[in-house]
Amino acid sequence: MEGVNMRKCYFDHVAANPLHPDVFDAMMPYFREEFGNPLSVYDLGQKAKEAIEKARGEVASLVNAKPSTIIFTSSGAEANNFALRGIALARQNHGKHVIVSKVEHHSILNSARFLEKSGFVVTYLPVDTHGLVDLEMLKKSITKETVLISVAHASSEIGSIEPIKEIVKIAKERDVIVHSDAVATAGNIPVDVKDLGVDLLSMAAHQFYGPKGAGALYVKEGLRIVPLIYGGIQEGGRRAGTENVPAIVGMGAAARVAGNEIDSRMKHCSELRDKMITNVLKIPNVYLTGHPENRLPHHASFVVEFIEGEAMLLMLSMKGIYAASGSACSSKALKSSPVLLSLGIPSGLAQGSIVFTLGKDNTEADADYFLDEFPRIISRLREMSPFAKGWGEGNENSEGEKCYTGG
Amino acid sequence: MKFVHDVRADVTADIVYMMCPMHLLKLDEMMKELEKGQVLEILTDYDGSLEDIPQWCKKTGNEFIGMEDSEDFYKFYIRKTA
Repeated sequence: MEGVNMRKCYFDHVAANPLHPDVFDAMMPYFREEFGNPLSVYDLGQKAKEAIEKARGEVASLVNAKPSTIIFTSSGAEANNFALRGIALARQNHGKHVIVSKVEHHSILNSARFLEKSGFVVTYLPVDTHGLVDLEMLKKSITKETVLISVAHASSEIGSIEPIKEIVKIAKERDVIVHSDAVATAGNIPVDVKDLGVDLLSMAAHQFYGPKGAGALYVKEGLRIVPLIYGGIQEGGRRAGTENVPAIVGMGAAARVAGNEIDSRMKHCSELRDKMITNVLKIPNVYLTGHPENRLPHHASFVVEFIEGEAMLLMLSMKGIYAASGSACSSKALKSSPVLLSLGIPSGLAQGSIVFTLGKDNTEADADYFLDEFPRIISRLREMSPFAKGWGEGNENSEGEKCYTGG
Repeated sequence: MKFVHDVRADVTADIVYMMCPMHLLKLDEMMKELEKGQVLEILTDYDGSLEDIPQWCKKTGNEFIGMEDSEDFYKFYIRKTA
């Protein structure tokens, strides 16, 4: 490990954002003096209740929804589980077919697998080389039995923004409910449930400088949903369990700040992102994953040939640069990311996945420092890599020259 | 149980899939908003409602008009008289 004064570049904002100081200040009283249970009738409880309702309004405004349509959950994953299971079960008398895309988060894919085990049929929609769902395939996949389509607003792994409005248009012609996992987008780019036309939408606070352990599900007015958690009357009986008041208050405050700062954050991040993408792609045999233009403003993801993502992460972290390699879950399991494989990226190349996600506090100097270190790290790793053998020696026909050209 | 058909309601509260005690809380909340003489329709699949809603009406002095059995849930009709 290098000196203690080494620059720290946090480029893993899809993993977690630092808590905004205003959000922390808003939360503090609810850990201390305002500790009441929102269901209690005396003033201590009522103050907690009021704080939750204020936060509901703030989260609702972030996505242009009515406050009564927001249900607080413990995470984006819970919101996704709730949406998929809750709608599938509520609509099972109409049909038992659900459609999800192949580039969904595990909280959608594993919920879909659970539904399959429970007697539902699930279609996993293919995507193109940029990770966008195939709309023609979607049209063909809808049957009389289809009750729900779930497609993420954007993938946190490849950053591509999906054509949700078009998906909703196709779904509505066939009277199918649409859920979108907006965990990667809500608070980062404008998300408007009315404009998108979705029936359900998931969010998570730690993606926009709020606390971890706070999520929300938007459920369109009048839509019936089977609860995921039974118990008390919290959240109108739709999500039982004593509320995590500080986290909910934090989510509300973060939503309010994000709403005010979204344009400047997007501008700041996209400038840094473009600089990083342009320069990283100058390194030989490095490819951008996801859509080149229609992507999250803070998202730069690549596959680097001949080396492994984990090795890059380690070397980067030794230089104080924090990034991710595919989704956290896939990287722990040392598996090629199913998202990258579904883009048609070969398994070997998918191992070289690296994802940089920027935030409002990253600076131009961070990007310059990174762009100085990253090519050196790649060179060093390639020197050690058995897979790079023969590459770079000018032999056109060598094994190493055959590279992915899809991206 | 009194069974009825085609009762015209002024307000509908849809609490299908919500469990106890949401049926009584919603009833209480909605009745506060209604004018005297108006009819509330509650849609619920909670079996406990069959006993609880008529009893609640008796206790609070509101008129229990009756219920209609729909495909997957019950429809209860209550007139605000108290």
